[in-house]
Amino acid sequence: MSLDLALFTGINILLAWSVYLILLTGTLSFANGAFMALGAYVSGVLTAKFGIGYMPAMAMAAAASAVIGVLTGYPALRTRGIYLILVTLAITFFVQTAIENTKFVGGVQGMGGMMGTSFEIVYGSVIVVGALIWLLSRSPLQRVLDAVREDEHVAGAIGINVVYVRLALFGIGAALAAYAGGLYAHHMFFVAPDHFTIIVSVFIVLYVIMGGVNNMWGSVVGAVILTVLPEAIRFIGEWRQGVFGLLIVILLLFRRDGILPFRSVTARSGRKADA
Amino acid sequence: MSSVLSVDGVTKTFGGLVAVDSLSLTVEPGEALGILGPNGAGKTALINMVSGFYRPTAGTIRLFDREITDLSLHQIGRLGIARTFQNIRLFRRMTVLENVMTANPRYTRKPLRAFFGFGGRRHDIDEAMALVEFMGLADRADRIAGSLPYGDARRLEMARALATGPRLLLLDEPGAGMNEEETERLIADIHKCRERLAAIVLIEHDMTMIRKIADRVVAMNYGRKMAEGRPTEVLSHPEVKRAYLGTTEGELV
Repeated sequence: MSLDLALFTGINILLAWSVYLILLTGTLSFANGAFMALGAYVSGVLTAKFGIGYMPAMAMAAAASAVIGVLTGYPALRTRGIYLILVTLAITFFVQTAIENTKFVGGVQGMGGMMGTSFEIVYGSVIVVGALIWLLSRSPLQRVLDAVREDEHVAGAIGINVVYVRLALFGIGAALAAYAGGLYAHHMFFVAPDHFTIIVSVFIVLYVIMGGVNNMWGSVVGAVILTVLPEAIRFIGEWRQGVFGLLIVILLLFRRDGILPFRSVTARSGRKADA
Repeated sequence: MSSVLSVDGVTKTFGGLVAVDSLSLTVEPGEALGILGPNGAGKTALINMVSGFYRPTAGTIRLFDREITDLSLHQIGRLGIARTFQNIRLFRRMTVLENVMTANPRYTRKPLRAFFGFGGRRHDIDEAMALVEFMGLADRADRIAGSLPYGDARRLEMARALATGPRLLLLDEPGAGMNEEETERLIADIHKCRERLAAIVLIEHDMTMIRKIADRVVAMNYGRKMAEGRPTEVLSHPEVKRAYLGTTEGELV
């Protein structure tokens, strides 16, 4: 595997987790391509045009995206199901159009001048974020999120502020997507609006759905397979996209809950079962 | 001492349909109030308003003198009203123990702080296990909730409700679909729960349950109060018999 592909794989794992975190509260977000674009441009502008250091720029990009995520999420998360999906799609369209029409960041031509990234930075990030999500999966918060996802009304009745929890995770997911977007921009040295089309948002969601939505490892498996596979079947030539699509359809037909469907139990009684 | 719950002139309309029509009632400390009525009488609509699922169209609801009429679902839950559902609603993917642990107020109130809630892990498990045991589910604690038989699922729903530390418990037809033996056990379970609660409201069709649990009964029809009093009085009230039992014979009573 080339370094280039390895870096894309790492960035895509982070993106998959950004969707996974939001999906923990039952929200399927097609807006993460937009948050990724935000992160790419904010960190790009800060480093290339204002000379701000790499990590401060990344942190500011993530924070900005979290704020925008919460601001857009507040009205968006009032809708559910198919409507929410449409609203998150709309966020992606809006951000792409906004970037295309902003001269300061080069409009449709895009902008360059980023600082590059490294294997250590990308996979260091994957490890840190992965460790945090693993801790989450073992903490009482995991159950709160599971409750919100499974039955928002019952979750509310036992005292969980469902809107707050959803909004918080939407903001965290947006921040993570932006961080990954920043890594992407620096790795590419150049970004343009057409790097962040709706297809990107759809692909990130696909990583999670295909890998399995019930645990953090599904996102990793989905992101790795869907990043590496198109390269691995390059020899097929022009039919590549078609074969790729077909493989996804077949997988989802036979494993609807993804490749890794299990959910980890957060607490055990330590007693003998069914004595 | 003030009433646990006071419902005052509460109305709920859905479009042109009047589900509850300026209904008033109180639930006193230590009391189990039974609510009786035919399907569509507005019993569940009433419970849904008290627990915050619906907002009343008119009227006020108080919990210990604190007005809760316009509070949201989670605020009412935090103030101490817990409920069960006609069609049992568990977190089906979680285990029995996890269902009860989820309702722990320490984490439902400050969800993001729950991320750091590792320290009390053993304590949390013990606390939840005490309730699981209380409801007689200890040997099933690690089973997935979705796989429980009906009676166990109902008991788990009650254990989860108790885990929120409620003062008032609303039971929406807990005995629906149970046979005689299961009903007997349920009655015993509800009596056990009462020790931990300031009061109980029980919606029920089952006359045995009403008579064995309720201290006082409110009979509803068309969203209004038809009769109120001790179970035997209400159950023998002619209007109640006509509306609810569809008969003037007394054999069901």
